[in-house]
Amino acid sequence: MYKGQSGMWSWLLHRITGLGILLFLFIHIVDISMIGFGPEVYNRSVLLFDWWVVRLLSLSLVGAIFYHAFNGLRIMAIDFWQKGARYQRVMFGIVLAATVVVFIPFAYYIIAPAFHWLIQTPTANVGR
Amino acid sequence: MLNVSTGRGPRPAGGGFETFSWYYFRISGVALVFLVILHLFIMHVNTDVSCTTYAFIAYRYSNVFWRLFDWLLLTLALTHGMNGLRVVIDDYVRSSSTRIWLMSILALLLVTFFMLGTITLITFQPAANVGAACIH
Repeated sequence: MYKGQSGMWSWLLHRITGLGILLFLFIHIVDISMIGFGPEVYNRSVLLFDWWVVRLLSLSLVGAIFYHAFNGLRIMAIDFWQKGARYQRVMFGIVLAATVVVFIPFAYYIIAPAFHWLIQTPTANVGR
Repeated sequence: MLNVSTGRGPRPAGGGFETFSWYYFRISGVALVFLVILHLFIMHVNTDVSCTTYAFIAYRYSNVFWRLFDWLLLTLALTHGMNGLRVVIDDYVRSSSTRIWLMSILALLLVTFFMLGTITLITFQPAANVGAACIH
């Protein structure tokens, strides 16, 4: 069996994340088209994206997007930078590190609202 | 041929669609890095998803710039992604008749989703009552 090195994993991850993002894009075009049906219908689709399960799914989407974006830049560096091919392995490490570093703050902002019921004091809900 | 259809490796020589495709992945890719990350920042950090309501879109789309921004995002992401799916199909589907079938479905999907997105963007007219700013 063929066992590739970093080049194979970066390629495979790029392909899988790309297909996943495209699948979400189809869903996203349909859910946004709901604005044509007015506020009541559209805000119900927003309610779906507010659900903690969908927020968790959003995390995987955001992670996939950052990996795909950064690895795409790496591919272009290999193509257009003379020393690109020599440093492709190092750049793969940088891509993974950058993905994690950028993902963490985004993940916090996406998932934190799902736990507001945990940290909110009872009085904070009175005004609502 | 494998180098050509994976979209990686040396630039396909000799012009034609594969060369165009190779450049298109890279040019649309660079633009998408900026557009998508800005989009994610606006919709998940600057504004929480629970506040991306009808009212939010009505306010946002009162400015033509954001309709153009979203249309550019739609066009580049969809064409970049569908071209990627085309490459994947080229890689794994060997039967030429199945390939023609799948490519036809691909073209149909591309046109359908592009039209749906474009029509949504162009025809949106906010209702008199735009509803709540946030859903809770």
